[in-house]
Amino acid sequence: MADKTGKPRSFQDIILRLQTYWAEKGCAVMQPYDMEVGAGTFHPATTLRSLGSKAWAAAYVQPSRRPTDGRYGENPNRMQHYYQYQVLIKPSPPNLQALYLGSLEAIGVDMELHDIRFVEDDWESPTLGAWGLGWEVWCDGMEVSQFTYFQQVGGHDCHPVSGELTYGLERLAMYVLGVDHVMDMPFNDPDAPIALTYGDVFRQTEQEYSRWNFDVANTEVLLRHFEEAEAECEAILAQKYDDPKTGKRIVMAHPAYDQCIKASHMFNLLDARGVISVTERQAYIGRVRALAKKCADAFVQTEAGGYAA
Amino acid sequence: MPDLLIELFSEEIPARLQGRACEDLKKRVTDGLVEAGLTYAGAAAFSTPRRLALTVQGLLAESPTTKEERKGPRVDAPEKAIEGFLRGAGVSRDDLEVRDEKKGQVYFAVITKPGRAASGIVAEVLEDTIRNFPWAKSMRWGAGSLRWVRPLHSILCILSDDAGEATVVPMDVDGIAAGDTTEGHRFMGNGRFAVTGFDDYRAKLKAAHVMLDTSERAEAIWQEATNLAFAQGLEVVEDKGLLAEVAGLVEWPVPLMGNIDDEFLGLPPEVLQTSMKEHQKFFSVRNPKTARIEKFITVANRTTADNGATILAGNQKVLAARLADAKFFWENDIRVAEAGGQPWLDALDNVTFHNKLGSQGERVARIAALARELAPVVGADADLAEAAAKWAKADLSSEMVYEFPELQGLMGRYYAAPAGHGTEVADAAQEHYSPLGPSDDVPSAPVSVAVALADKLDLFTGMWAANELPTGSKDPFGLRRSAIGLIRLILENSLRANIKGILEVSFNDLVEVTENSVRNAVKGAAKSYPAETEYFENVMQEELEKLRKTVEARRNSLLSFFHDRLKVYLRDQGIRHDVIDACLAMPGNDDLTLLVKRARALSDFLKTDDGENLLQGYKRANNILSQAEEKDGVEYSYGADLKYTEAEEEKALFNALAGAEGTIATAMQAEDFAGAMAGMAALRAPIDAFFEAVQINTDNDVVRRNRLNMLNQIRQICLQAADLTKIEG
Repeated sequence: MADKTGKPRSFQDIILRLQTYWAEKGCAVMQPYDMEVGAGTFHPATTLRSLGSKAWAAAYVQPSRRPTDGRYGENPNRMQHYYQYQVLIKPSPPNLQALYLGSLEAIGVDMELHDIRFVEDDWESPTLGAWGLGWEVWCDGMEVSQFTYFQQVGGHDCHPVSGELTYGLERLAMYVLGVDHVMDMPFNDPDAPIALTYGDVFRQTEQEYSRWNFDVANTEVLLRHFEEAEAECEAILAQKYDDPKTGKRIVMAHPAYDQCIKASHMFNLLDARGVISVTERQAYIGRVRALAKKCADAFVQTEAGGYAA
Repeated sequence: MPDLLIELFSEEIPARLQGRACEDLKKRVTDGLVEAGLTYAGAAAFSTPRRLALTVQGLLAESPTTKEERKGPRVDAPEKAIEGFLRGAGVSRDDLEVRDEKKGQVYFAVITKPGRAASGIVAEVLEDTIRNFPWAKSMRWGAGSLRWVRPLHSILCILSDDAGEATVVPMDVDGIAAGDTTEGHRFMGNGRFAVTGFDDYRAKLKAAHVMLDTSERAEAIWQEATNLAFAQGLEVVEDKGLLAEVAGLVEWPVPLMGNIDDEFLGLPPEVLQTSMKEHQKFFSVRNPKTARIEKFITVANRTTADNGATILAGNQKVLAARLADAKFFWENDIRVAEAGGQPWLDALDNVTFHNKLGSQGERVARIAALARELAPVVGADADLAEAAAKWAKADLSSEMVYEFPELQGLMGRYYAAPAGHGTEVADAAQEHYSPLGPSDDVPSAPVSVAVALADKLDLFTGMWAANELPTGSKDPFGLRRSAIGLIRLILENSLRANIKGILEVSFNDLVEVTENSVRNAVKGAAKSYPAETEYFENVMQEELEKLRKTVEARRNSLLSFFHDRLKVYLRDQGIRHDVIDACLAMPGNDDLTLLVKRARALSDFLKTDDGENLLQGYKRANNILSQAEEKDGVEYSYGADLKYTEAEEEKALFNALAGAEGTIATAMQAEDFAGAMAGMAALRAPIDAFFEAVQINTDNDVVRRNRLNMLNQIRQICLQAADLTKIEG
C-alpha cells in the first residue's frame, strides 16, 4: 500500500491509516451515519454524545453534502459531496493537540518540512445551537482540520468538554499525495489491477447532483419535506417517555434527531436553489435549531445522555 | 530586590486577543501587588501564540509592616460596647492601651499588620488574575471548570534574587502547579527547560526558536518581506492590521515570497488582495510601475531543511485553488454582465428583503423611482439616476459577492461596463452605500448622490413602516447610520430640500407597501378556503386596522428620531445644543442646509462680544416686554413712533432699529445669516445705551407704550435670525 518512503499512495490508504491511528489511541471506530448530513458533526455520535456526563471516544468517516458547493466536478477541490473524518473524545484529553499532530504524521505529513499552524476559528453551528472554541489547523496555508472544544450543544453547556477534530479528507489527501485536482487523486492503489481515481468514482455524480441541486430540485417538494420532518420531530418528542406497549421508559431522542437532520438537509437544498432570502434564512435556521435543542433536551433524558433513574 | 517572572503557557491564543491580554496581565498583577504593599521598579508583558509572559523588576521582598490605631470606647463604657469594639478591631483586651483624653480615659487598639513575603502575595495575586482574567471569550476543557482562552498547560512563576538565584512561587490553580520550566517552539524547540530569570528566559526561548516580543516579530516580518520584494523590484502593500495579526500567529517568523499564476493576474486587484488576505493572511506584493499585484508573501512559523520550498509550494497551491474559485466566479459573472445582467436583477425578486416590505427586487424598484424623483434636487439626469439605482444592487446576485460579501458595490462597478452602463452608473453602484461611517467619504457625483439618498431613505422609512425600530443599543438594520448618512449626503453636498416632506412621502409609500403585504398574505391564506371569504375579509380589515392604529405615532417618532440624529450630528460638529434648538424653532427647519448655515452663523456670532451682549440686551427687552404684555393683556406690536421718543438714546435706538430692519431683512432674503447677525450686532450699542439711560415704565402712558413697542421691534428683529429665547446663559 505504502510506497518505499512509507508515504500513503491513495485516498483510501489515508482513510485506513486514520482509522488505524485513532483505533490505536482508543477510539471506537464507527461507521458513517446513514443519512444526508452537511458535516460529520451532525452524526449522533458527535452531536448527541457530546451531551451529558458519560465519557466517549469515537472516530468515523462521514460523507457530507453541501449542495451550494457543487461545481459540476470541475473545481480542483470543491464538491457538493465529500468526506469528513471525525474524532470526538469526551472529556478532551490534555494531549489532544499532540494526538492530532501524531495523526498527521501517521498519514505521512513530515513535521520537519511543513508549517503546521493553529489559527483561531471559533466554531458555531447556528442550526445545532452549538458553539465551541478552537482553531482551523493549517498545513502550509491550507486548512486541513477543524479543532474544537465544544462548549455548548443544543443549548446545553458541555460538562465535561468534548474535543472534536474534523478533517476535510479530500483536501488533506490531495495535499499529502501531491495531487492538484481532486478528480485526479488515486482512490485505491494506483498499481491495483483496476486502478480508480476519485474522478472515476465521483465526477459523474458531482455533475448530476450539481444540476439537480442548483436547477432542478423541486422546491415545493423540498419545502413540504422540511415541514413534514419538522412536524414529525415535534410529534415524536411530544410522546410520553413511558412506552405503553413495553411498559419501559423509552425516550426517542434518536428518531427525533433523524427528523432534525432531515429538515436541516432540506434547508441546505432549498438554500442551494437560491429561494431563501437572507431574512428567511435566519427563520429557517431558527426552526432547525429549535428542533436540535429539543432533541438535546430529550437525549439528556436517556441513559446514554447521563440520565439515571 | 527580587524580580518576578510569570509565564502562562497554553494552547494557541488567537492573534487578535494577545495585545489586550498582555495589557490585562500586566495591569491585574501589578495592581494586585501594589495593593498588597509590594511596589516595584518596572514591568513589561509579552505574548506569543502560546504564552503570556510578565516580568516585574525591583519588587519589594516583603510588604511593609503596617500599624493602624483605632480609638475605642471610654474605659467606663458598658461592657457590651467594649466587647463589640474588640470584635471589630480583632484584638484582645490585653492589647488595648488606655489613654487620657479630654473626656476621660479611652481605650485604643493598635493593630499591627506584619509584612508578608513576596512569594505568598504573588501566589494570591496570580491565582486571582488567572481565575478572573477578562478574556473576551474563554472556555473550559476536559473535565475541569477553570476558564482560559484555550487550555492552560503550565504556569511558570519564579522570584529571582540579586544573586540570580531563582525560587518557584508555590501555587496551584486547578491542579496546575507553578514551576520554573517552559518549552520553546512547538516544532523547533527541544523539550522543557528551566529558567532563572527574565534575561535567561528570553535568551533560552530565542535558542528554542521563540521570539518573545511581538513588535520584534512584526519588525522582523516587515524587514524581511520588504527585502524579498525589493530584490525583485517590487513593493509590499502595507497592511498594519495584517502585520499585527500575522505577528501573533508565529513564534519564529520566516517570510517567503511566492508567485501568483499568470492566469489570475487579470482579476481585479481588490479581488486578489481580498482573497489572499482574508483566506490566507498573505501580504500582496505590487509592481510599483503597473500597480498590479504580482506576488504574495506568506509568513511561515519555522525554518526547514529545504529553505521553505515545501511550505511555499503548498501555499502556492492553496492560493491557486482559492484564485481558481475567484476566477470561476469572475468569469461566470462577466458572462452574465455581458448579457445585460438581467438574471441578477430577476434573482433579486426571489430574495425577500423583509417580510413586510417585499423582495429585494421590489425594493430596487422603489429606490429607482425615488432616485428619479430626487434627481432634480441633486442635479442629476433623471434617466441616469433611475438606471443607476436599478443596477446598484445587481451585484448582490453575483457569485463573487456571494463569496466575498465585502466586495459588494465594488463588483457592481466592475460589472457595469460589460453590462453596457456608463461611468456614472458604475460609480453609483459602488458609492451608493456611502457614507457607511462617520469618517467615510460622502459621494458627490450627482447620480451617486441620488441613488445613495434613495437607498437610505427607503431603508430608513421602510423599517419604520415595518415597525422595526432601533431600541437602546440594538439597531440591527443600521437605521442610526442611515439617518446620519442622509444628513451628511444633504449637508456635504449643500442640497436644498424639504427633508420632512421627503421623509413623509417616502414613509407613506412604505406604509402602503406594508398594507399590501398584509393584504397579500391574507389573500394567500384565503385561497385555500373559498367558502370563508367573509371571515378572511374581516381578518384583513382587523390586521389593517391594527397597522393603521400605530402609523401616526410611528410617523412622529420617525421625524423625531431623525431630528435627534441631526442634533447628535451637529453636536459632533461643535454646535451647542441650545443653538441647535434656537435654529430648529425657526421656519424652514427641515431644509438642513439652511438650518446648518443658520446654526453656524449663530454659533459664531454668540462667540463674539457683540453677540453675547446683544443676547443679553434681547433677553432684557424680551423679559420687560413679556411682563408688560402679561400685565396689560395686550401685545405691543403696533410699531413705535419717533415723535413719542424723549431721550437721545431712545431716538438713536429708534433710528438704529429702523435701519437694521432693512439690512437684516435683505440679508435674510439672501440667506446671508452672517450678514443678518452683523446687522444685529450693530444694534448692540444703541440697545445697551437705551437700557442705560431710559426707564421703560413711566407715568406717561403714551411714552411707555411707545417704548414697549420699540422693545417689540428689538424682539422681532432678533427673532428673524433664530429663536434667541432658547439660548442659555
